[in-house]
Amino acid sequence: MTTLFAILFYTAFAVLLAGLGIKIAQYARTPAPLKIPTTPAPLTASGVAFRMGREVVLFESLFKSNKPLWIFAVLFHLGLFVVLARHLRYFQEPVWFPVALIQPFGLYGGLAMVGGLALLALRRVVLARIAYITAPSDFLMLALLLGIGVTGLGMTTLAHTDIIAVKAFFLGLLRFDPQPLPGDPALLVHLALVAVLMIVFPFSKLLHAPGVFFSPTRNQTDNPRERRHLSAWAAKLEMGKLESGRN
Amino acid sequence: MADIQVPVLGDPAERATPALTPGAMSGSKPYVAQAVHQQPLGFAGELPEDWQAKALGRMGELLGKYRSLQVFMDICVKCGACTDKCHYFIGTGDPKNMPVARQDLFRSVYRRYFTPAGKALGAVGLGSLVGAKEFTRELLDEWFNYFHQCSQCRRCSVFCPYGIDTAEVSMAARDVMNHIGMGHKYANEIIGKVHKIGNNLGLPGPALIDTLEGLEEDVKDETGQDVRFPIDVEGAEVLLVTPSADFFAEPHVLGLIGYAKVFHAAGISWTLSSKASEAGNFGMFIGNYEQMRKISMRIREAAQELKVKRIVFGECGHAWRVAYSFLNTLAGPWDFLDPRYPVPQHILEVTNGLIQRQGIKLDKSGNDGMVLTVHDSCNVARASRMGDCPGGQFTIPRDVIRASVPKFVDMHPDTTHEKTFCCGGGGGLLTDELMDLRVKGSKPRMEALKDVIDREGVTHMAAMCAICKAQFTKILPIYGYDREMVVSVHQLVSNAIVLGNND
Ligand code: HEM
Ligand code: HEM
Ligand code: SF4
Ligand code: SF4
Repeated sequence: MTTLFAILFYTAFAVLLAGLGIKIAQYARTPAPLKIPTTPAPLTASGVAFRMGREVVLFESLFKSNKPLWIFAVLFHLGLFVVLARHLRYFQEPVWFPVALIQPFGLYGGLAMVGGLALLALRRVVLARIAYITAPSDFLMLALLLGIGVTGLGMTTLAHTDIIAVKAFFLGLLRFDPQPLPGDPALLVHLALVAVLMIVFPFSKLLHAPGVFFSPTRNQTDNPRERRHLSAWAAKLEMGKLESGRN
Repeated sequence: MADIQVPVLGDPAERATPALTPGAMSGSKPYVAQAVHQQPLGFAGELPEDWQAKALGRMGELLGKYRSLQVFMDICVKCGACTDKCHYFIGTGDPKNMPVARQDLFRSVYRRYFTPAGKALGAVGLGSLVGAKEFTRELLDEWFNYFHQCSQCRRCSVFCPYGIDTAEVSMAARDVMNHIGMGHKYANEIIGKVHKIGNNLGLPGPALIDTLEGLEEDVKDETGQDVRFPIDVEGAEVLLVTPSADFFAEPHVLGLIGYAKVFHAAGISWTLSSKASEAGNFGMFIGNYEQMRKISMRIREAAQELKVKRIVFGECGHAWRVAYSFLNTLAGPWDFLDPRYPVPQHILEVTNGLIQRQGIKLDKSGNDGMVLTVHDSCNVARASRMGDCPGGQFTIPRDVIRASVPKFVDMHPDTTHEKTFCCGGGGGLLTDELMDLRVKGSKPRMEALKDVIDREGVTHMAAMCAICKAQFTKILPIYGYDREMVVSVHQLVSNAIVLGNND
């Protein structure tokens, strides 16, 4: 089991890292030939950073758009954030002070996350408009996260596992020296699903996490009259060098 | 027009989201462009045998050229925040008019042919698990219908947590379709006219000169003043680029008279250009950078030939987007113009500046009895700016209107500023065969207008876009209102401005 999970996590980590790397490089390299911020937009780079910060931390546009969804979204993402931050303890020795500080909130984070996910899933069934735009993969994503959340909560509350050993296993992985992994079913399911999530991440809509930072309507400065914005391919076009011709 | 059902107008405060009516608008589509309109623009004349391969090829190119498209294809989480934000969905209930569903027409093909999961599952017929679809002829027809039910107004982009802009997707889809000979007749015919004659309406130089002389006489009769409407005057200070509808359509032309009076009263020398006798740029509607650039270059050439110092744009929404946001990119740099002025300027920026500095005087009694509201044009509101600070595109037109009329009232806040609703005819949809869509799409705006008419006694709605003005002139009577309710902002200025004793 230990070997199997060691291989699984090395693979999942490699896929996640390479996949995200490729996607982020693609987003960064693809030019944005025109200035298309959704206005009113900030006039300065710091203003843009502040706008992006509000989008990522507060989900500002979503708040304007749909209050119930905003609540569900914050519930889930904030819970997820707390849980992930709390999980850092499995990967570091000594544990950072802030990470140690939030340890007591893991349960609440987990509950918020799972509750939020359940509400988000319910929306997809109950609301006709949302059901219409939902594909099986959208449910899969929610199910995957719910599975991880529920098994995690199971371990926190009912079926405790040997956390010291789990930590030793992951610290071992980091040193390429795997230590024995406890065989509790809840833990194994939890970890297997996490590995699946890591593998699916770069091929799915979960790309919204890195992608939001590259959205031109949100990350561009409103200064087109002051500064000429010209992409590389448009510059080539101006010089008449683009081989694709006149259209 | 017999088969148009005029929507019932409710209360804008509790705008009800319609029930889904699948297929409600599946028959709505514009005419397909003929080869004569396609080929001069460098597009395929008709749909070839291997259209699918060609379309996918073009999609790949666009994905590599536009970060917006690539990122938007990947990151939509199907949260549905945008679903009730599109005026065409609100007016029709057709689920494919929900912004995310419109994008999905494109995204399903993207997923099938450009993503690992879609390719793998699609190959064994399981693409639908991840929302991937085969690019069939039926799907292509849906593209044509529903990407021509989007006015590229960007309202969805305001409400999407990632700013996903369906307009970008519509533009890309239209470009792909143009490349396989499935162009939109109305748009491509107009682009042809710009290249051949110089403006969208196909008004040749001599006719234009005639019209302008007629306007000089009219204004002389009305005011006793020699207000000029100069054209092709070398060495003028300002080149005015304005939508060609301003030359004769009503209420557009009343706005043009307003611009002329402002320049006259302020003592600014100006000129129109017969080469750049059109502010509009339909290259944007068809999502084609090269066309957009070619059309923009006319303005650069005109400015250089006429040796002007400034460029000012007349009232037009999408033209202002191209002018404000893209002109520097497409046809800059503008280092040969006077650096003290932004390039280009909006006529409302000019007029507002003059009002502030008391360079012109306005007398509100010229608009006695009028109660005004204003329709924020989508491209002005969400795709550009006026003045020096964010939101100037909202305050400047309102300041100018308030200075010109006795009473001004705003419509419901969910329908103004960046949340404004499209007039229903933008994005190249201002064509008769789409009248049913245009009437239904104007519902949210008409609802908000009716509300201020009933509550506040509003008599007129000012617009700052040639397309909005043309659309409302057609749509208002269908909803039982007077077509003359829609006015140009500069028509109000024109009625109020004090000419002659302006020392
Ligand atoms: C930069 C970080 C992130 C931001 C700004 C962000 C933002 C959002 C927003 C605004 C939504 C739409 C509202 C909703 O449906 O909840 C959303 C949905 C979603 N997010 Fe995130 N997210 C981030 C990171 C993540 C991460 C790391 C994950 C998972 C590992 C995740 C998983 C999801 C899922 C599954 C949905 C869809 C929920 C549904 O089906 O309705 N997000 N995200
Ligand atoms: C390799 C990565 C991971 C390991 C080793 C791991 C391990 C664990 C362990 C041992 C517990 C039980 C904690 C206790 O008994 O107090 C737990 C709980 C939990 N896990 Fe994970 N987990 C991992 C990744 C994740 C991920 C990616 C998520 C979310 C998407 C997640 C969500 C949860 C939740 C919600 C709980 C319950 C609340 C809590 O105790 O914080 N886990 N996890
Ligand atoms: S609001 Fe944005 S992310 Fe949500 S469904 Fe619409 S386009 Fe997708
Ligand atoms: S851009 Fe406007 S018309 Fe197009 S989908 Fe979005 S809201 Fe609807």
